[in-house]
Amino acid sequence: MNSSHSESELVFGIQELFKKHPARRSSIIPLLQEIQEHYGYVSPPAVDAMSEYLGVSASEIYGVASFYTQFKFVPPGKYVIQICQGTACHVRASSIVLEALREELKVEPGHTTSDGLFTLERVACVGCCALAPVMAINGKVYAQMTQDKVREVIKEYRQKEENKTGI
Amino acid sequence: MIAEDTMEILYERAQEEWDKIENNTLPVVFVGSATCGRAGGALETEEIIKNLLIQNKKYAIFVEVGCLGLCVLEPIIMVQPTEGLPICYGPIRPENAEEFVRRVFIEEGVWEEKLIGVMSTDVYRGLPPISKHPMLELQVRNVLRNCGLIDPENFYHYLAHNGYRGFLKSLNIGTDAVLEEVKKSGLRGRGGAGFPTWKKWSFARDTSADIKYLICNADEGDPGAFMNRSVLEGDPHSVLEGMLIAGYTIGARYGYVYCRAEYPLALRRLEIAIQQMYEHGLLGKNILSSGFSFDITIKKGAGAFVCGEETALITSIEGHRGMPRPRPPFPTNSGLWGKPTVIQNVETLANVTLILQRGADWYVQYGTENSRGTKTFALAGKIKRTGLVEIPLGIPLRKVIFDVGGGILDDKEVKAVQTGGPSGGCIPADMLDLPVDYESLTKAGSIMGSGGMIVLDEDNCMVDIARYFLSFTQAESCGKCTPCRVGTRAMLGILERICAGKGEFADIIRLETLAQTVKQGSLCGLGQTAPNPVLSTLRYFRHEYEEHIKSNECRAFVCGPLISYHIDPERCVGCTMCAKACPVKVISGKRKEAHVIDQETCIRCGQCLRVCPAMYSAVYRRSGSRVRYEPIKERKKKTG
Repeated sequence: MNSSHSESELVFGIQELFKKHPARRSSIIPLLQEIQEHYGYVSPPAVDAMSEYLGVSASEIYGVASFYTQFKFVPPGKYVIQICQGTACHVRASSIVLEALREELKVEPGHTTSDGLFTLERVACVGCCALAPVMAINGKVYAQMTQDKVREVIKEYRQKEENKTGI
Repeated sequence: MIAEDTMEILYERAQEEWDKIENNTLPVVFVGSATCGRAGGALETEEIIKNLLIQNKKYAIFVEVGCLGLCVLEPIIMVQPTEGLPICYGPIRPENAEEFVRRVFIEEGVWEEKLIGVMSTDVYRGLPPISKHPMLELQVRNVLRNCGLIDPENFYHYLAHNGYRGFLKSLNIGTDAVLEEVKKSGLRGRGGAGFPTWKKWSFARDTSADIKYLICNADEGDPGAFMNRSVLEGDPHSVLEGMLIAGYTIGARYGYVYCRAEYPLALRRLEIAIQQMYEHGLLGKNILSSGFSFDITIKKGAGAFVCGEETALITSIEGHRGMPRPRPPFPTNSGLWGKPTVIQNVETLANVTLILQRGADWYVQYGTENSRGTKTFALAGKIKRTGLVEIPLGIPLRKVIFDVGGGILDDKEVKAVQTGGPSGGCIPADMLDLPVDYESLTKAGSIMGSGGMIVLDEDNCMVDIARYFLSFTQAESCGKCTPCRVGTRAMLGILERICAGKGEFADIIRLETLAQTVKQGSLCGLGQTAPNPVLSTLRYFRHEYEEHIKSNECRAFVCGPLISYHIDPERCVGCTMCAKACPVKVISGKRKEAHVIDQETCIRCGQCLRVCPAMYSAVYRRSGSRVRYEPIKERKKKTG
């Protein structure tokens, strides 16, 4: 979904997004969020287009964007796995869940697997503390994780992908 | 003259809508589908039940509701038969759905094993009432009164439960009287600091300006807290009504809800609710012909903890890096775009609604002299009944943990209770009789905070907890104030050293000195409170720090480098499970012969202990000076 956009397509799509927000400084964050929602990440041409629209320099926009953990500057994998590092998860050993994910995916948090399928992310808290430890894959929350459950879930996703490519 | 008749027509329609559920001709199925219910599989369960009912030619009305707070029993399903009172069941996981349909719909009976209770205050047809459920008995659900009982996406459901009557009353009695009512209620900010709400409002009211703003702070960033999420997902209108009342009282023209992007469901329900308010003339120009105009916009947070701090939140809405600015001037004088701005937490606003709906005299019956009302807490950690609870302020912590929460998982010993998230502290087990109110918690070195309550047991290392919170605040420090930016990093470095068995006694003094510097030299709440977890653990659990330093002992077996794993040759039967699981392959031994862990190269991950079958229990662990500690760095060299 990300790399398939050519530069002109991207700028075209962006103009459509811009219409929803007035051209003023307070639109920086909402616009960055729209861009990320549509393209999966914030790309340099997108920032340039924003800069032109808002009349704010690109470096200012990067300054704002890099402050917030939400914004990504590289395309994420198809499935974004968020492993919760909140307090409740921490005291119920989320670290061993993370360990299993690391082993299973062979990537460090913040990175994407070489097949582009999974991005592993650490998040502060997804607010499901009562079901700790939890992880979320593209927003779907998986509760009371164990190392075995992690392996199962990842296997399911991999199988789903294989089935798709098989058809 | 306000257009009350317009509202009366709406109330009539709302009553009709709610009557459809009360006087139902088909059974009504309430599915608890807040984020926690969904994580437990509520939507899958709902789907299966629907399909099975159709197959069996049974029909029912489905209503998706918010969270009852009994997270440990999710997914929760409540069935209201055509005759009799609603009955609440849980957990009904997708795999239980078939049996559920059979027992409850086809056989038309009660599934006793999954029964939580009947929606009543007394025993009904031999079934226990839900209000006597041990987790709910001590609770007073005021703020959460509608959560789990109404459809949060249905405007009429809220109206049918006295919705917007508080706002109507405000319009009728006028702003002075509203302020007086809030003052009389003794309501204090529920975001953590506990500042009297009426004072904040009167500061903003007394500042003259052409435009004023009201912000609802829903940037609930404390790890381990989800109270605001539940209220927004279960009863968004109660918060929005509070915004109307507050906006009207201070004379605000625009309102913002600053909500975390990590709460997609809460955001969606807010959007729907705001849309409904516009449709029914409760937002926009000249609301109900009262002359009061108010608009509400949602601002999505972008993942910065510091933006929960009010001045940082303001700079973030303005489109800047979310860095705090010095106070004074306080936002009530000069806030968003330099205009008077009142920022209130979600729960505070929900309380405002209640105070205006039911009156301050009713409100003050709960709580203590200085801490009025109830407070929601997210009860989590090593506790049997996790969930969202609401208790009157002033009841002892012990009651919350043992009566509401049901005690500690696996009946272990409670070690401490952490309140207030990264800004709070740990309250040790011997102080559990402490009443839960603003002053008592502060005196004990913690804070009320927004309501996270994490229970720790003997398997939690207090040094590790301090390290955990500091790693969080260190990463979330915005970097503006040097003592916070550099100080938290230095403190974290020391804690990491202690957890790795390389600490020295002078480190404790260093931590204490640094803590004071960070507290005093930081502009905002994040820096001023960041050292609290360290200071409170040093105050009550100094011996654990000393054990880590003196004898390299971690009594809770949490700090990896201080633990060694061994195999008891007497018990090991050589099943090879551990050798297979070892990620660095340092366990040797033939099949059916005792295995040995090579201490030189072991990375102390504990995998062998976890996989060793319980019938053998051959792997054991040790911590203390007998452990030969070897730096991980050298190990890597050896294994290449």
